[in-house]
Amino acid sequence: MMAIPLFGALAMLVPADRFLRTGFAVRAFGTGVSAATLLVAVSALTAFDFGDTSRTQLQANWAWAPAIGLRFHLGADGISLPLVVLTALLTFLCFLYTLRHPPEGGMIRLLTALLLVLEVGLIGTFTALDLVLFFVFFETVLIPMYVVIMLWGGAGRRAAATKFILYTLLGSGLLLAGMLLVAVNAGTLDMVQLAARHGAGVSRGVQITAFALMGIGFAVKAPMWPLHTWLPDAHTEAPTVGSVLLAGVLLKMGTYGLVRVALPLAPDGAQVWAPWLGLLAVIGIVYGALACLAQRDLKRMIAYSSVGHMGFVLLGIASLTPVGVNAALFGNIAHGLITGLLFFLAGAVKDRWGSTDMDALGGGMLGRAPRLASVLTFASVASLGLPGLAGFWGEMLAMVGAYRPHADLPRTAFVVFMAVAGIGALLTAGYFLRMLAKITHGPAPEPAGPAPAAVTAQEYAAWVPLIALTLLVGLWPKTLLDVTAAPVRALFGGG
Amino acid sequence: MIWLASLTILLPFLAAFAGMLGGPSLGRLLGSGGPLRNGPALIACAPAAVSLVLSAIVAFVVWQDPGARTGALTVIDTGSVPIRVGLQVDGLSAVVALMVCCVALAVQVYSVAYMDGDRRYSSYAAFVSLFTAAMLLVVFAGDLLVLYVGWEVMGICSYFLIGHHWEERANSRAAVKAFLVTRLGDVGFLIGIIVLGLSARTFEIHGVLTRVWTMPGSTLTIVALLLLAGVAGKSAQFPLHTWLPDAMAGPTPISALIHAATMVAAGIYVVARLYGVFAAAPGAPAVLGVIAVISMVGAALAALAQDDLKRVLAYSTISQLAVMGVALAVGAKSAAIFHLLTHGAFKALLFLAAGCVIATTGSTLLAKHGGLRRGMPITFWSMTVGFAALAGVPPFSGWFSKDSVIEAAQHAAFPTHPTAEASWFAYAPLDNGPAADTGVDRLVRLHGGPVWTYSSTPDLPHWTAWLIYLGLLLTVALTAAYAMRAWLMVFFGEQRGTYEVREPSKIMTWTAAAVAVPAAILGFFGLGAGELRPHLGPALIGVGLLIVGAGAVFLLWNRDPAADPAKALGALRRVFARGFYVDELYAMAIVRPVQALARGVVWFDRRGVDAAVVGSGRGARRLGGLLRIPQNGNAQAYLTGLLAGVAVITALVVIFR
Repeated sequence: MMAIPLFGALAMLVPADRFLRTGFAVRAFGTGVSAATLLVAVSALTAFDFGDTSRTQLQANWAWAPAIGLRFHLGADGISLPLVVLTALLTFLCFLYTLRHPPEGGMIRLLTALLLVLEVGLIGTFTALDLVLFFVFFETVLIPMYVVIMLWGGAGRRAAATKFILYTLLGSGLLLAGMLLVAVNAGTLDMVQLAARHGAGVSRGVQITAFALMGIGFAVKAPMWPLHTWLPDAHTEAPTVGSVLLAGVLLKMGTYGLVRVALPLAPDGAQVWAPWLGLLAVIGIVYGALACLAQRDLKRMIAYSSVGHMGFVLLGIASLTPVGVNAALFGNIAHGLITGLLFFLAGAVKDRWGSTDMDALGGGMLGRAPRLASVLTFASVASLGLPGLAGFWGEMLAMVGAYRPHADLPRTAFVVFMAVAGIGALLTAGYFLRMLAKITHGPAPEPAGPAPAAVTAQEYAAWVPLIALTLLVGLWPKTLLDVTAAPVRALFGGG
Repeated sequence: MIWLASLTILLPFLAAFAGMLGGPSLGRLLGSGGPLRNGPALIACAPAAVSLVLSAIVAFVVWQDPGARTGALTVIDTGSVPIRVGLQVDGLSAVVALMVCCVALAVQVYSVAYMDGDRRYSSYAAFVSLFTAAMLLVVFAGDLLVLYVGWEVMGICSYFLIGHHWEERANSRAAVKAFLVTRLGDVGFLIGIIVLGLSARTFEIHGVLTRVWTMPGSTLTIVALLLLAGVAGKSAQFPLHTWLPDAMAGPTPISALIHAATMVAAGIYVVARLYGVFAAAPGAPAVLGVIAVISMVGAALAALAQDDLKRVLAYSTISQLAVMGVALAVGAKSAAIFHLLTHGAFKALLFLAAGCVIATTGSTLLAKHGGLRRGMPITFWSMTVGFAALAGVPPFSGWFSKDSVIEAAQHAAFPTHPTAEASWFAYAPLDNGPAADTGVDRLVRLHGGPVWTYSSTPDLPHWTAWLIYLGLLLTVALTAAYAMRAWLMVFFGEQRGTYEVREPSKIMTWTAAAVAVPAAILGFFGLGAGELRPHLGPALIGVGLLIVGAGAVFLLWNRDPAADPAKALGALRRVFARGFYVDELYAMAIVRPVQALARGVVWFDRRGVDAAVVGSGRGARRLGGLLRIPQNGNAQAYLTGLLAGVAVITALVVIFR
């Protein structure tokens, strides 16, 4: 699955006059490669035994550096499989979108290669079962993203890209320290073995330190308040495909890491830190929503909305209950679908009007570009957590988790968190409706510029799968919950 | 049976999808000419009609063979309490669903003419279908979370429909307000559901109700109050009522739909559905009663002073829903549902007829109407039936249902009197069946037991009962007064405006006239159930107050038919017309602080959090700069440093040896 994009990326190193001379051919090649990856991901879906989702399946396990016990160990279970498929899907959609709408700045060959490397890193992160391997893939993702923002970004890209890379590298450093701390104490790097032990063999103090280190590392990525400030800048400056992948998948690495690495490796540490994690999560929810309420820029608003939504995901994790972690995994996927769609739409708006500033856009988009505005309305409604669409279930289950958290956690605090999270959900509705009222409603500004271009086939192709999945997952949450429920139980040591 | 109910929900749901995606293209395919070739209208109306037939079958089967039927499509494992995606059909849901389908069909048919020529008719009709489907889901839901899905989908549909004419900023604001205010209540509602579900260890409504007695009283009270927040939001009760008058910005058929069958009815329906929780929760009926009395009297006073026909009707909805609320507070569940049904009929009628008036006169302001009686006879008579039912003129439907509520409130206020009556009420309906067509009396049988008697709310304090009783009587007089005022100002006196007085399209007038039939006669179905029959005492009081209220307005108007009778209110008129300045209060107390807070957060994010990040970056660079100074490539300096180091070490060794 990872070999295909890797070969694709390597092929991009072949000089331009030998292979794929035109930019379009390169984009078509990228699309083909990512389509092949998606096909493999879908076939992995069919090969996956859904009767036993808690078992790690489709494993690949080779010795890598035997001297220090490193193994090239990959595999998927119910926790990682949805994220793998989401990654493959979003990358494919990004390429499909780029076919017709290449970002300004040329160098399409490099972009294709970078996006493919990014895909390798992401899928690797979600399938790695060895701590060092996990970390390698986790880091692989950063560089291509840095370059994508740096070369194809907006006006303030340099500062944004630098902040992104430094901030996340700092987080990674702490993460590596935390992971090695556990690994050295436990004597193995294999995540399956470590998870099966549920922290046995590692002293409580070490676990607490390790969880704090790993938690900060992942929290930077998630991002958790107050470690979020790289995100709005990076999102605002990144090109459309960069924002989609950044919001759709990159943020999930943080929360996935918490569930996959931090929780099973240091369960005692998790219990100590969970109330703090929950507190920061709900602050993030309300803070993100309030920040959105006063934003003028569409992309920046969507970026801050991510802070709020990931707050719900973190709250689910902090409850340390199966239902909370299910909520987190559900929220991951839902946020990937919906926010991916939102960033595609913001990109479409920018293509047509040259700006994403809400005041500059004026009103009446429903009259000027009815289809674009309708899809934007749909995505916003999904994002504000309307039941029957994907966004709701993650939020609702996170609140269920917070109402009855793990027995050793302070119940009162979590009940307060739940109530505050509910207010955050209200504010979320507030800022999305404000945005819709501002740009889609009202009279069109005078003088009306030239009519915006109609929605192209490639844009539809990028949007429709996301819309369809949002509806499917929202109307039939069982599809996802059935996959994640069993491995999450196993995570907490239940049957 | 469950399949029939699911089909009833699914048909409008699929119609919504079809209308959203394929409505305009089907319209082009069929060409134009005649309502039968109107593609989006067909997509909208046909499923509504089939749903009506199906819900009628469901209601008939339940009437023949009462009893709750549940069916679950699937069980979703969440890692905690599972969600059962299932439906529950019983007397309560069957009869409310029938009412919903009737109103929905009437609104769809009426809209074909009312929205004729609207560019976005297709999406409009699709949202009406979705709205209907969502309400039916609430009605038939067998699980609290499934109910919540329908509950919220209704909220978003109301947002889209109220904001249908989004070119006007005012409409857009009204739509946002409607959604946000109801959502504020819904946050409480969702938390209430979560607490209730986790305490009962099931989200199934049936299971929750059977386990109510195992829960501690404090939990129940919290749950009931949280649920009441959602109910107040949806049913537009004080203090979350402010969205409803503004929602009049939507097209008039939407007002009919929202006020009669969906949305506002959902709140009262949910209280009836989860009545066991409310009745068992200490203090909850009293809170419900007080909220309802404030809404009831306040809204009736506000209705008296409105200049806009639709806003008069909007405030009357708040007031009438509060009447159902007090019925629930005093324990008369059947009377509440009975009033919900009759109100659904006459309020739909009033709005549809008001739509005819507005289509003819081109204005919603009462000051522009007048003298429409002769030119619009069908609308006049339909609306007369509607106002009569609203005011409670015997023998129109509203009189029967209001009478049963007054009767119940009287029992609560005079607790010595009703003991014999109460026990009769509890057991008699068990063998007093098939006469009632509406199936209302079967509700009592379904949930059975003396729990549902008037004395089932022992913790309703005596003063609350009295407050309810007096408020109710005052509301009866006020309702008669504002109904009379609107009726006189629209249809009598001189014509005040330059327009041709004639009936609008036939479809609209006759749909309204058709709805007038149930609005007139629905009350007689209540005769089948003992506790819904009119009683002499309350009936006399009711009619007496009716005459007082309507008579006073008539006398004022008779003195000067050109003037507005509300002028007699003097300085109070402005206060009433602005709805007691609640909106202004909220703007000051909630909206502006939140906006200021949001701006503060953005400022803090840039100056506080982000500055710390950037500052630490700069600090690192300065530190680097300091460290760079020694490494300037000057060999002399390095050597000096080396020698100095050696000297220091030597000195240290000498000193500390």
